[in-house]
Amino acid sequence: MKDKIAEKLLLFIAFSAILSLSLITFFIFQQGIPLIFKAGLGNFFSLRWAPTRGGFGILSMVVGSLMVTIGALAVGIPFGLAGAIFLAEFSSSTIQKTLKPVIELLAGIPSVVFGFIGIVILVPFIREIFGGPGFSVLAASIILGIMILPTIVSISYDALLAVPKTYREGSYALGATKWQTVVMVLLPAARSGIVAGIILGMGRAIGETMAVIMIAGNALKIPGSILDSVRTLTSTIALELGYAAGDHRAALFACGSILFLIIIFLNIIATRITNRK
Amino acid sequence: MIINTANLNLYYHKFQALKNVNMSIKRNLITGMIGPSGCGKSTLLRIFNRMNDLIEGVRITGSVLIDNDDIYAPVYDLILLRKRVGMVFQRPNAFPLSIFDNIAYGPRVWSISDKKTLTEIVERSLAAVDLFDDLKDDLRRPALSLSAEKQQRLCIARLLAVEPEILLMDEPCSALDPIATGKIEELMLDLKKKYTIIIVTHNMQQAARIADEVGFMLLGELVEFDTAKTVFTNPKDKRTFDYISGRFG
Repeated sequence: MKDKIAEKLLLFIAFSAILSLSLITFFIFQQGIPLIFKAGLGNFFSLRWAPTRGGFGILSMVVGSLMVTIGALAVGIPFGLAGAIFLAEFSSSTIQKTLKPVIELLAGIPSVVFGFIGIVILVPFIREIFGGPGFSVLAASIILGIMILPTIVSISYDALLAVPKTYREGSYALGATKWQTVVMVLLPAARSGIVAGIILGMGRAIGETMAVIMIAGNALKIPGSILDSVRTLTSTIALELGYAAGDHRAALFACGSILFLIIIFLNIIATRITNRK
Repeated sequence: MIINTANLNLYYHKFQALKNVNMSIKRNLITGMIGPSGCGKSTLLRIFNRMNDLIEGVRITGSVLIDNDDIYAPVYDLILLRKRVGMVFQRPNAFPLSIFDNIAYGPRVWSISDKKTLTEIVERSLAAVDLFDDLKDDLRRPALSLSAEKQQRLCIARLLAVEPEILLMDEPCSALDPIATGKIEELMLDLKKKYTIIIVTHNMQQAARIADEVGFMLLGELVEFDTAKTVFTNPKDKRTFDYISGRFG
């Protein structure tokens, strides 16, 4: 009897997660999608964002989101992968046991703190060294790159550790050095896990809001260089939702729908790759 | 003689896994090492290509000479040793790469990158293990899609590609069925014309079938080392007799 109740309860809880996901999905699309058709695709994917005067172009924001995401990957992948390789292959178990939790702790730092560090240290630094406003694609890329490090490092590390010991032995037995073994066997063998980590990091970068608002500058244009300001989809939603009404509000939900689609797409790819053997 | 060990001892931390092993292995023979599990036969095998170096807490005393060079001397090139002394493992450990890339792995490690040379090596190595006719049109296939026996053959081919002199085989048939085992044994008899083979096996019949000389190990000690015929028909030590007649093991 008790078992039955527990089972029903757990079933209810499990389904409530699915239920809230579907409600959120339904709500975002229901609020946003009609506007896309009302404004027309030409208007929606144009450069003119003046939502109170009929301009619903999100193109510069899509470009902005993609640019900071690619920038974040350009920073996060080399450092993350190098970190994972060092931890998994070149460090003693003591170092692994100390460093891995520390890197994972990085994921627990609130994004507003990352943004704050960006404003106080990184933005003035970029302004002085490279010129420009400092609030830029570059600043956002570096901060986001650091923010996605824990995801990339820990998933890649796990993927490397999961490579059977026999592959390492086989490689060493053929006279390969440690580095050759890493490059020629371990990375190919761990590839699917590493790619999944990168895609999850990418999802995190594209969805990040607070840190990006604080350091990307939020200028509504397609940036000419990585030293220019950008505005992302997430920034726009967070900055404007407070006072938006009518079609403007619907346009923000449309931004949300696009973001939602991008992230779902990335997650599907990540799952596909992880499941592939 | 190709390998000589003198007063060889190996310790895992405090535990002594090899006790004062003295043996001489002859060129172009198959030497079989038999004994119950945990007797140290695999550990002894891993002495010859220094795979034990990968394990923390291992300490070795005594000497191991290959062609009169002490392979544990500080000046000895470990990487070169692993090229000269190749190893086949208990379970086939083909890499998750294509058949071609598996065999080209060793040559690539040794900085051969010319496509034509690599293709020649791959074809020659596959032919040496009788896989070439089967696989010549499938070199891009993933190696892990092959059967266990073919994977083990592939691992041997991968080893031959670096042109070793000595082949160490650590229970190479333990993951194979009897028919596949027979085929691998035929292959070993064929390979001994060109290579010196040391095989560890828990299977006494296998040692009797293919080995020229046999060492019996017990609790880290090399109890008896002689021609296969003497060990199996007329052992000098009572412990060897008890083992081969099935009293324990």
